[in-house]
Amino acid sequence: MPKQSKIRELVQSVSKNWSDPGPEDPLFDSGVLDSFELTDLVAALEQTYNIQVPDSDLTPRKFESIARIEAYLESRGVLIQ
Amino acid sequence: MAFLHSPAAYLPERIVTNEYLAERVGKTAEWIAQGSGIRERRWAEGSVADLGVVAAQACLSKTGLKPVDIGMLIVSSGSSEHRFPGPASTVAQRLGLPRVPALDIPIASAGSLFAIVLADNLAAAYGNILVVAAEKMSSTIDLGDPNTAILFGDGAGACLISPSPGPLRIVDSVLHSDGAAADILQLPHDGPLRMEGLLVARHATREIPASIQEVLARQLKLPAEIGLYVLHQANLNLIVRVARALNLGEDKFFVNLDRYGNTSSASLLVALAEAPLPPGPVILAAFGAGLHWGAAYLLHAGRNGFTAITPA
Repeated sequence: MPKQSKIRELVQSVSKNWSDPGPEDPLFDSGVLDSFELTDLVAALEQTYNIQVPDSDLTPRKFESIARIEAYLESRGVLIQ
Repeated sequence: MAFLHSPAAYLPERIVTNEYLAERVGKTAEWIAQGSGIRERRWAEGSVADLGVVAAQACLSKTGLKPVDIGMLIVSSGSSEHRFPGPASTVAQRLGLPRVPALDIPIASAGSLFAIVLADNLAAAYGNILVVAAEKMSSTIDLGDPNTAILFGDGAGACLISPSPGPLRIVDSVLHSDGAAADILQLPHDGPLRMEGLLVARHATREIPASIQEVLARQLKLPAEIGLYVLHQANLNLIVRVARALNLGEDKFFVNLDRYGNTSSASLLVALAEAPLPPGPVILAAFGAGLHWGAAYLLHAGRNGFTAITPA
């Protein structure tokens, strides 16, 4: 499965306001994710990809779009499937 | 081992609705409600001590005790007007307490839980201990920071911790502090309150359920065996996640933050004053700046519990 699809699936699973965002669309400012849902998403990413996201990485900027999340995962050594 | 008596609350009269705030922070009322569960909050005119005195008087009135019967006062506030003195000595003087020790706990949201647990351990030495939590959070917020400004309200709560038996026995508690994330939630002396919401949400959703599980394990209890959970009223989204982490329905959790917002340390006592406590075990839990957090396990004897309190 392409990774963006898996990321979208995880975002959708934690969002109350899912609106089918494009890869670059903002998730936080558009209301797709609120603070708690983004925290849920990060926990889901940690579990799914077996990584630890340190507090210093938990900023809206790093997770503000599907593409950004994918870039973050790549920076953490998660391989594109 | 001590007992918690006569929780009482004071909420200022002025109601600040989401509609009123939405205009001033550039958001919609629905955005505020969805992100927090809050519909309205109260804003006060007076000082932290003013709020605390009214709640304390309401509590004292319910206990039937006189000021001379109180052996110690503990006041929790993170929104006090001065570096020192804190509001405790002023509250003590205005209540007419006879020069008893009056201790401030300036740790914000978890302060009332810490005060209750401290009082539980000190009651054998000091007798009746009046615990007050008073917060004027409206003085700490910046309307230019909508994510934070919409959350907070003003209010005060109080209770008596006493060796004299009552319907609510404090059985066990766990308290924790960790300064590693001290900068994610702070109120500098030149203000305003600053909160990194994502990190606060992350730590709170981990630590509150963990501390509840810790005290439940010590009491050999399962989460479902607790009659009611009374938590610091920070955000409905947090309470929902605590319930989820414990595999419980949200109906096990008392909620009044929709009407008062997050009143920091006052919220636990305000909630306790309003919560319909069933007979059996009750959990109190709080989390806040510091970071400080914890949980307490109480047993409620029901309406027929013995309630006479021995004067000091």
